[in-house]
Amino acid sequence: MHGYLLFVGKRALQLLAVVFFGVSATFLVTHLSPISPVEAALGRMTARSNFAPEAIAAMRAALTDMYGVNEPLLSQYINFWSRLLRGDLGPSLLAFPTPAMTLVMRAMPWTVGLLITAILITFTIGNILGGLAGYNQDNRFFKAFGIIAIGIQPIPYYIVAFILLIIFGFLWPVLPISGGFAMNVTPGWNWPFISSVLQHAILPALSLVLVGFGGWFLGMRALVSNVVTEDYVTYAELAGVDRRTIVGGYVMRNALVPQLTALAMTLGGVFSGTVITEQVFNYPGLGSLLIDAVNAGDYSLVLAVSTVSVTAVAVAIFIVDLLYPILDPRVRAE
Amino acid sequence: MFAVLRDLIRYNIEFSIGLVLVGVVVIFAGLSFLAPVDPSLIYMTIPDQPPSAQYWFGTNSRGQDMFWQLSAAMRNSLLFGLTVAVLSRVISIAVGLLSGYLGGWVDRVLMFINDIFVAVPIFPVLVLFYFVLRNNLDSLTLALIMACFGWPFDARLIRSVALGLKHREFTRHAVFAGMSTRKVLLEEHLPYVMPIVFSTFMNNMLWSIGLEVTLAVLGFTNINNPTIGTVLYWANSHSAMVVGVWWWIVIPVILIVMTFLGLFLLAISMNEYIDPRSRLRRMGA
Repeated sequence: MHGYLLFVGKRALQLLAVVFFGVSATFLVTHLSPISPVEAALGRMTARSNFAPEAIAAMRAALTDMYGVNEPLLSQYINFWSRLLRGDLGPSLLAFPTPAMTLVMRAMPWTVGLLITAILITFTIGNILGGLAGYNQDNRFFKAFGIIAIGIQPIPYYIVAFILLIIFGFLWPVLPISGGFAMNVTPGWNWPFISSVLQHAILPALSLVLVGFGGWFLGMRALVSNVVTEDYVTYAELAGVDRRTIVGGYVMRNALVPQLTALAMTLGGVFSGTVITEQVFNYPGLGSLLIDAVNAGDYSLVLAVSTVSVTAVAVAIFIVDLLYPILDPRVRAE
Repeated sequence: MFAVLRDLIRYNIEFSIGLVLVGVVVIFAGLSFLAPVDPSLIYMTIPDQPPSAQYWFGTNSRGQDMFWQLSAAMRNSLLFGLTVAVLSRVISIAVGLLSGYLGGWVDRVLMFINDIFVAVPIFPVLVLFYFVLRNNLDSLTLALIMACFGWPFDARLIRSVALGLKHREFTRHAVFAGMSTRKVLLEEHLPYVMPIVFSTFMNNMLWSIGLEVTLAVLGFTNINNPTIGTVLYWANSHSAMVVGVWWWIVIPVILIVMTFLGLFLLAISMNEYIDPRSRLRRMGA
């Protein structure tokens, strides 16, 4: 137990460091850039209409005050952290005066839901099939599966999502290709809404599953084909242990430990994939919000989305790491 | 070197397929040096012509011959991937070898930084860079930024090999013979990690080209520089699929899938070559 606490403590420290550096980097990148958010916002506001010079000057003063860009960088940085800890990143310009944080929190459940569904499906199916394929290496079905996995795995998220969009949007239009739910249902705990949400999630989730699945399958197959040559597996086979017990209890379980590490390490990448998928399918999550914010030049919203996504991914990696002792009793015992 | 290549081609069908796919793509990209038209110019031919004997890949709505356009795009995408892969390989070799050989606090500090880079979701970060740099974000800058994020996985891999090398006889001999740390790392340890460097090189190229395509399709790079991503961006912005100019989208997608499949097959077959157990199984020994 003591060893586990030490492990958790170490990982928690690392989590704090990742969040601290990540958020600081986000702040520095945006604040050291040559483009002033005040001038950018002014340029957009005054582009389509004529304002009196006094009005522009007043707007410039108000925006400078709002962003606090006339203060020295260090005090801006301290202010940024103190506001961030209270969950406030300023109003969004895209949907003024809604706070940027509110928009982010509204988009968050969509992204998290999509991400968790996709990861659970890919991780479970990929590892089970990969494990079986590693154990039964001469099985023709699994060999064919391996070839398909190799074929799809390297294609980038965007292209896979795009191909799905072409197939189900133009060639065989059976599934909704845009949005999070149909226009004619009322959000809430009613069946039409839930079924609409599920239907709209099929294509984005499918694209994530297709891309992610192959990596787990190939990784698990390689790991298991190494584990089955270990002496304890041969011994268990000779001792007449049930084959299912061998595969599930000895082979897969031992091969899953490095796969869990891999899960933690790929979370950031999967999150990026979700962001892209959302954009393709116009899904109302963080990805679409980020793209909209960039296109509208919404400074505080871009900062809010980046900050929240860096933090969220770090926390998710932390949670995955806490799962180690379930699989690896050595971590529990020490 | 040639013996390795010959064995790979003879015993590893994946390697041969990968080599052919990458070879075709590279030759196609190389043709761009012979291009009769400047790929950045628009309205040079009749727009929206389907593939024919005159225009092999058709022409797009911007009046560009897709054959030369895609050839230049492929060259730029591949060069971009190469730049990122070379730069990030340098970082990962340096970090991995140093961290594995020196150990102690150097190792702990380097791996701590490594873990931070692993945890950062790259896509929002790249979008953030586009947001602040806007049109100053050219291919080289983007390549530099991506190289800064492309090394941590591979540095960890190289470190794990270097950890094993540290306790081998020849390292001790080298140290007793008075070799400096730099010399031990570059002359004794580097050759051992080269296979990993090659296979991660391919993977890194896949990763960087894929991200560039994604960013470009969303319009978050310099859209006037032809790459596979910007070709798709222009196709989307002219609604190519809706108006029926399918060759504007289908051909680049086929090309990019060929590139990715080829590079991926090269990477995994090289990975397998590194592991002697699976190599022997394949050769039937």
